Amino acid sequence: MIELLLSLKIAVRALRTNKMRSFLTMLGIIIGIAAVIAMVAIGSGASKIISEQIASIGSNILLVLPGSRTSGGIRLGHGSTPTLTYDDAKAISVECPAVALAAPIVRGGAPVVYGNMNWTTAVMGITPEYLAVRDWPVIEGRNLVQSDVDGATKNCLIGKTVADTLFGSEDPLGKIIRIKKLPFTVVGIMDRKGRSPQGSDQDDIVFVPLRTGQRKLFGSEYPNSVGSIMIQAKSEQDLDRAEEQVTALLNQRHRIGPSREADFTVRNLTELLDVAEQSSKAMSLLLGAVASISLIVGGIGIMNIMLVSVTERTREIGIRMAIGATERDILLQFLTEAVLLTLIGGIIGMLLGVGGAKLVSVIFDWPTLISVQAIAIAFCFSGAVGIFFGFYPARKAASLNPIEALRYE
Amino acid sequence: MGEIIVRADDVSKVYTMGEQRVEALKAVSLEVETGDFVAIMGASGSGKSTFMNILGCLDTPTSGSYWLQGANVRGLQKRDLAAVRNQKIGFVFQGFNLLARTTALENVELPLIYGRVPAAARKERSLAALALFGLSDRAGHTGNQLSGGQQQRVAIARALVNDPAIILADEPTGNLDSITSVEIMSIFQRLNRQGSTIIMVTHEPEIAAFTKRNVVFRDGRILSDTVVVDQLDAEQAGGGSD
Repeated sequence: MIELLLSLKIAVRALRTNKMRSFLTMLGIIIGIAAVIAMVAIGSGASKIISEQIASIGSNILLVLPGSRTSGGIRLGHGSTPTLTYDDAKAISVECPAVALAAPIVRGGAPVVYGNMNWTTAVMGITPEYLAVRDWPVIEGRNLVQSDVDGATKNCLIGKTVADTLFGSEDPLGKIIRIKKLPFTVVGIMDRKGRSPQGSDQDDIVFVPLRTGQRKLFGSEYPNSVGSIMIQAKSEQDLDRAEEQVTALLNQRHRIGPSREADFTVRNLTELLDVAEQSSKAMSLLLGAVASISLIVGGIGIMNIMLVSVTERTREIGIRMAIGATERDILLQFLTEAVLLTLIGGIIGMLLGVGGAKLVSVIFDWPTLISVQAIAIAFCFSGAVGIFFGFYPARKAASLNPIEALRYE
Repeated sequence: MGEIIVRADDVSKVYTMGEQRVEALKAVSLEVETGDFVAIMGASGSGKSTFMNILGCLDTPTSGSYWLQGANVRGLQKRDLAAVRNQKIGFVFQGFNLLARTTALENVELPLIYGRVPAAARKERSLAALALFGLSDRAGHTGNQLSGGQQQRVAIARALVNDPAIILADEPTGNLDSITSVEIMSIFQRLNRQGSTIIMVTHEPEIAAFTKRNVVFRDGRILSDTVVVDQLDAEQAGGGSD
């Protein structure tokens, strides 16, 4: 312990006598560590957004969309034909064992009025399953229940954005709002959900019972049709089976055979986002790897300077040996110096990296995630770089012949 | 005089440089008693430096043995040699060899640091050693803030601080002008009178005249070993004036 303190003292002095050189030597490590920390922070910030988006959609989700219709030789896009019905959704939840919940949806935009305030927002007709699939709780008031759907009641739930915009500081619960001029009672307020993967505000929404939506708001020539069906599989492992079962069931219900093109599409949403998450992880790994290379380059710089330093101080080493320093003393002295260089560089780099990550998140509005783990690893790594690249020069110093070292000019 | 403190028995040193064998020392035997003050002289290449390196445990003999304070040094590991240098030998070099950018006090503390002496005792003993040579007010000065004579006195203080069995001085006056040289010799004489055993390499007969015994090397052998009949007193020669 005393030895270590002493070699620390000697090392501090040696570094102080060559301030500029010490700083330049450290620079490699500073840049390396700063880069590693900033890159990992930026990368994991990106992964975090994506996993939050996955969570905001709900887990293990399939989306069934109505198919296309050919009109005058032109194939119209998804949803051009209202082929999916509430009964399809009910059948899916009953007959597909891998499916936990099936939530049919109708949606559209509509002006919503309260008092003298008005706001055009998304209106969604849902069943109670929808909010369960989305893992989206009501924070005030009550949820929509099956009787709301069956009875096509004029009750609604509003998202945070709608609540703030229409009501301000007023309590929306129990108030009457008008959607397309029809009066609805606000029975619940949704928890804040944030942005969707596409960047739109998910809280800018009003939920009404599915049947109310179908019949009174978005009345169409097919009153039982739904815009889409969101399906939650029982587990991640069940996703593929659920997809097969839903496809098979709908094929049967819609009488789709080899000669007839399917009038629906099943999409695996989680899978898409998983791919996005994978690629963002690969990206941050790549960034980290590039940054690590700069750390190694920094380490080589330290080895280089330490070798120069050993040569320069040959005489000093000779004196120390003549006076009674053992090889171990000399080894420890130079090793301490190298480790001290890298650790100081590591600390400065850490501060710069954290600062840089914060700057990026402020300037580019990019969320960054600084993990204590990454910092700890970077710190240990910089120490390890010091030991690894300092050992050879220190070994060289310790193995000098004292007579020759003393004679060195 | 006292007991035998340095005993070299048929000490030989052979260097092989490629194909060539160089016999730097050829079976040299020498005994030095405590309280002696020996000047080792000879031209360069006479083997005196090699002999000093062996006496200083910086080098080991190829054959023969070397006893220091009754202990055989031959066959010791590097680590143990470092300990012997630290505990039993005080070195004074020609070029002073103080550590650059290091204060006088810290220079004197060095042997105690490697001797694992606790900090408080280390400082106390070092300051006492500096005081012995009138350097108390120079403790905080670094080498380049000191004159040549002062630097050499710091070096002597450093050599003495561990209370070594012998002091080995390698041309201690080589880099000094004649007045300062005499000054330094008066210090050595004072130490010798107080009981220190000193072995000094020099090629200047005037400096050797201040010692008690002159050993002359030539071609790896001792050519002559004579007692100085009328030892010069450095203080009278003007060295004790400061």
